[in-house]
Amino acid sequence: MTTTSENKLRELTDYVLLNAAPGQDILREDALSILRRDTVDRPVIYVGSGTCGMIAGATATLKAIHQYLEEKHIDAEVVEVGCIGLCIHEPMVDVQLPGRRRIAFSRITENKVEPLLDDILNYTVPSSYVIGQYSHPHHQAWDGVKLLAEMPYFRLQNRLVLKNCGIINPYSIEEYIARGGYRSLVRVLRNYSSDKVCDIVEESGLRGRGGGGFPTGRKWKTALNTADEERYLICNGDESDPGAFMDRALFEGDPHKLIEGTAIAAYAINAKKAFIYVRAEYAIAVERLQAAIDQAYEAGLLGHNILGSGYSLHLQVRKGAGAFVCGEETALISSIEGKRGMPRPKPPFPAWRGLFGKPTIINNVETLANIPAIIEHGPSWFSSMGTAGSKGTKVFALAGKISVTGLAEVNMGTSLKDLIYIIAGGVKEGKRLKAIQLGGPSGSCLPEKSLDVIIDYEALREAGTIMGSGGLVIMDEDTCMVDIAKFFADFLQRESCGKCIPCREGTRRMHEILENITKRPMNESGHETLERFKGVMQLENLADVIKDTSLCGLGQTAPNPLLSALKYFREEFEEHIFDRKCRAGVCKDLKVYTIDVEKCTGCTACAKKCPTTAIIGSPRVPHFIIEDKCIGCGICFDVCKFVAVLVK
Amino acid sequence: MADRIDEIIKKHLNVQRDSLLPLLQDIQNDQGYLSEESITRIAASLGLSASQVYGVATFYDQFRFEPRGRFHIQICHGTACHINNSARIIQEAERLLKIKPGQTTRDGTFSLEIVNCMGACGLSPVMAINDSYYHGIAAEDLKEIIENCKVKISRL
Repeated sequence: MTTTSENKLRELTDYVLLNAAPGQDILREDALSILRRDTVDRPVIYVGSGTCGMIAGATATLKAIHQYLEEKHIDAEVVEVGCIGLCIHEPMVDVQLPGRRRIAFSRITENKVEPLLDDILNYTVPSSYVIGQYSHPHHQAWDGVKLLAEMPYFRLQNRLVLKNCGIINPYSIEEYIARGGYRSLVRVLRNYSSDKVCDIVEESGLRGRGGGGFPTGRKWKTALNTADEERYLICNGDESDPGAFMDRALFEGDPHKLIEGTAIAAYAINAKKAFIYVRAEYAIAVERLQAAIDQAYEAGLLGHNILGSGYSLHLQVRKGAGAFVCGEETALISSIEGKRGMPRPKPPFPAWRGLFGKPTIINNVETLANIPAIIEHGPSWFSSMGTAGSKGTKVFALAGKISVTGLAEVNMGTSLKDLIYIIAGGVKEGKRLKAIQLGGPSGSCLPEKSLDVIIDYEALREAGTIMGSGGLVIMDEDTCMVDIAKFFADFLQRESCGKCIPCREGTRRMHEILENITKRPMNESGHETLERFKGVMQLENLADVIKDTSLCGLGQTAPNPLLSALKYFREEFEEHIFDRKCRAGVCKDLKVYTIDVEKCTGCTACAKKCPTTAIIGSPRVPHFIIEDKCIGCGICFDVCKFVAVLVK
Repeated sequence: MADRIDEIIKKHLNVQRDSLLPLLQDIQNDQGYLSEESITRIAASLGLSASQVYGVATFYDQFRFEPRGRFHIQICHGTACHINNSARIIQEAERLLKIKPGQTTRDGTFSLEIVNCMGACGLSPVMAINDSYYHGIAAEDLKEIIENCKVKISRL
């Protein structure tokens, strides 16, 4: 039995996508224009409700807005949108008044809702909250408000994948269709064979955005040409790299784009079943994606005999369960099969024998989100962007010690300098840039001198890192590189699945050695020092062995953060080892506490609290810390009322 | 409880090996953790041994085998949060609650969990207590936040 909403949806798809009533183009355009909100008859309030918005307080903001509208009896539409990528301004609220341009406001927490709406609904712009206005040819501009597109953050961006994120209602398939969505799927189903789709994608030069950078079209062809009755497509949304969140933004902001891309890819390899594997931690993403899939089924864009083409596709969401290694293809397959997420040796590659023993293609979220636009505008349009070897755009998640945190999509070939200094506004608080971390735990840290490196698979590899999935974390002079290497070593040794020995044992040893370097030794004489130096000397050797002999990508890339830190920041490691000093002051065990004899009044407060009785001295006489006994806990520093305890 | 577990299992049509993870997830969502009973029941419905099910469940970070506290504190320890001092926040939480990550306080009020990344790196450091989130916090703020939770409990 079909419901009314289903009928309405079917009407829309028949009418718009299948061109069921030729000659009524004007009518159709009118309906779509309303869905695009080109004309609105009442105020529209958009609230950024991605995970980052919610964490910043968008739930309370939404509640306050509804309450305000109800109390003042104002008829307005409230739309929850995804994240436009300006995390720093969350919770973001946009307002579009009839006939006027949409205008964006920063950090609208619940207490700011009333002053904001009081002003804006009376056509006054509250200047302290405003970020900028959107461009629109027919809407009247706001005076004295800059254009978002002209802001440094947006100016250098080329938003293809993120085009609709933060703009449209992710719960509405109609809005996606009104903005040109699902046209590519229809075109593919009606006009192209599977081979042709693979050709188009191969010609476009699109390469996997998950890190490896394998040409997508070629990968598809391998699966298509492997003889078997069944094939599977998996969209890898197990975004477990700490520091990366672009897949989440896409799931939450524009899930239909991903569904369309997945459906086209599945058609290209002739798969009847596809899975989208999402991290379970992304609760909002899972919910929106599921809602979008349900709508696509209702609209007849998924399921049996899609739009009468004879092609059927069943799409299912699978939730990951929190294992970093499941980002690896074969581990992900095991996980979907209901087993422990452990990788297996390749070959056979999943394209020959993957999920349930059938040919399987696994693509990254961003890769699939590029597909609809490639089909729509053609391969030469796509390959006109970027560099010789890397085409199109790449989304980066900017985080760490940076002025503007958020998501930015730039053309391949953009330099890291432009990305960091123009788009993201440079290092926070005007401090000095120390390192750029790219590619998460499999990537590495680049020093300041690598700023001129361009975003390109080969150029980044030459510079000693990888494109990775696009997490870009900026570190300033307050970051200790030994500590960062230790952080990643700790992460990897916890996430190692334990199947192969080099990775299981190696990452653990690596972490232990780094721990030793940053730990305060109980005594500097004899065996312990020798052990420490032995460890340090073997560190590079150990890293090489892990790299060469591990089974999967996790192990093979595990030493990267350490090796790059050793390569570019060797003097910091040497300082930790030889001088027992941490210049950033992060490794607290290496801090040396002394007492300023001039300031010490001999109150005995520190001596009483010292857990190792390392502080000696008589009452009313300046005290002294015995360095060998001190464990660096810092209690004396905290209890001293005379600022007599000094830290070096 | 046993009936409830069976009910959830029944909701999954045509259960096979690949339904294992969704089953474990649904049961944990409903019960808050995976009890011994739920493990044995899932194993029976899939025709697997309990150790096989347990082996899969322990592999993944998501699954818990004891109930969590009334206030479940999750502190993010991703790269961006680490750079913005989340290690100190974790330390402070351990000190204030006198528990280690993965443990629950004896009175069942608090449990502590370190998560790899919440995906809100732009707002780091990030922390969650049940459904309320905190961002851009410092270790010094933690005491007040935890005190507030205790006040909430005493009012109930």
